[in-house]
Amino acid sequence: MRVYLDNAATTKVDDEVIKAMNPYFNKIYGNASSLHSFGNEAKNALENSRRIIAEKINADTSEIIFVASGTEADNLAILGTAFLKEKGHILTTKIEHPAVLETCKELEKRGFQVTYLDVDKEGFIKNFEDNLRKDTILVSVMHANNEIGTIQNIERIGKICREKNIVFHSDCVQSFTKESIDVKKMNLDLASFSSHKIHGPKGVAALYIRKGIKLKRIIYGGHHELNIRPGTENIPGIVGFAKASQLLNKNEIERTTKLRNKLIDGLLKIPDTKLNGSRERRLCNNVNVSFKYVEGESLLLYLDEKGIAVSTGSACSSQTLEPSHVLLAIGLPHEIAHGTIRFSLSKYTTEKEIDYTIKSVKEVVEKLRKISPIRR
Amino acid sequence: MYSESIIKRFRNPKFAGEIKNADGVGEEGNIRCGDIMKVYIKVKNNKITDAKFKTFGCAAAIAASDALCELSIGKTIEEALKITKSDIINLLGGDVPPIKHHCSILGVETLHKAIENYKTKS
Repeated sequence: MRVYLDNAATTKVDDEVIKAMNPYFNKIYGNASSLHSFGNEAKNALENSRRIIAEKINADTSEIIFVASGTEADNLAILGTAFLKEKGHILTTKIEHPAVLETCKELEKRGFQVTYLDVDKEGFIKNFEDNLRKDTILVSVMHANNEIGTIQNIERIGKICREKNIVFHSDCVQSFTKESIDVKKMNLDLASFSSHKIHGPKGVAALYIRKGIKLKRIIYGGHHELNIRPGTENIPGIVGFAKASQLLNKNEIERTTKLRNKLIDGLLKIPDTKLNGSRERRLCNNVNVSFKYVEGESLLLYLDEKGIAVSTGSACSSQTLEPSHVLLAIGLPHEIAHGTIRFSLSKYTTEKEIDYTIKSVKEVVEKLRKISPIRR
Repeated sequence: MYSESIIKRFRNPKFAGEIKNADGVGEEGNIRCGDIMKVYIKVKNNKITDAKFKTFGCAAAIAASDALCELSIGKTIEEALKITKSDIINLLGGDVPPIKHHCSILGVETLHKAIENYKTKS
């Protein structure tokens, strides 16, 4: 049995998405910037896709630009704002994706000041208002965390930013389609979305830019994408992204949530385990559990042998030998962080797969604990 | 990331476990880095007759522990003290990722501790 539980890393492309994309490789292949009919056909597909994504998040069509990855969307939002303002303070969190964290670190080198907010043990940000400054130019807080699934109260953060006239960006890559996103209600100025996390193709993402918000471009070239992001538009990818955004329905979210809960309950029956993140305000497909006395990479590879694909917060595959920054930020001691596994489900996950996973994890954890020197 | 020979050894370690009444036990490693190794040796007439390990760590650490035990068995104490990181890496097929070389160093250090422990006992 092969069980894919690494959907927070990337997802299988939906058959309907592939079907929607297909004509745009060799039938409708024009450059959307060209004036002839080939170009017009591509342009129509591009603008239709833009409308679909915009409607999904209650934005205006002119507020969406397409980019090549969630990382690029985050970079454009943060660097684009910072370079325009030229100096000032940025407020973000300790649990952001590296696409945000590393971009902020680079800005520190270039003279900007950055505050990385602490989070509580469930991963909710703390002391947000206390850390806003008179010179704060940008706030970037992710909607749902990619490792522990905790969903922040974006609406409240956005409201405060709007009142103080601070640009507010949110990385919504993990939450898109799983949580309802309304850019107006959530008071968002900038928001990042990615295709390959929602059963769309890789290499496509979008940035929402609220009307009136200005960004300095970070790539130079032609006039594509509202003059902000040059580069010939990836029409097949964009069409696939738009299609993917329409596919996840309420029933599938409910089903996934039920399976998620079953997996959590099943895993927590194993002695000396702990669920990380919030039980209530949690992504419908995220399970993150620490298994005391065992090391995550070993656990991952033994599960791989049983056909189960997961990911780990362990340091062993990283260059620094430091475990996940998110797990350390929620206060896990190093040895617990090292023994942490993320299981991320999708609409394709079945109950049989979850039963098999619970059984297999139990076996593997027992096997590894038998050879663990730290179990006294 | 890992070669087949490392994965094979990691999945089916021959020397995992502990030796009751071991003549020497050594433990080394750092929980912060996610590697703790414990080696048990049985010694008869100055020769290591059996070795087993318990390891908290990644695939490379477990495979290195197993290779270390295999290398130690049959060696005199003096010979065992000469086992190097490269010997372990070679037994693992040579293809150990550079960031995992510390696991083999850890193996050597743990064995030294076990031998030290044996010497203080005897």
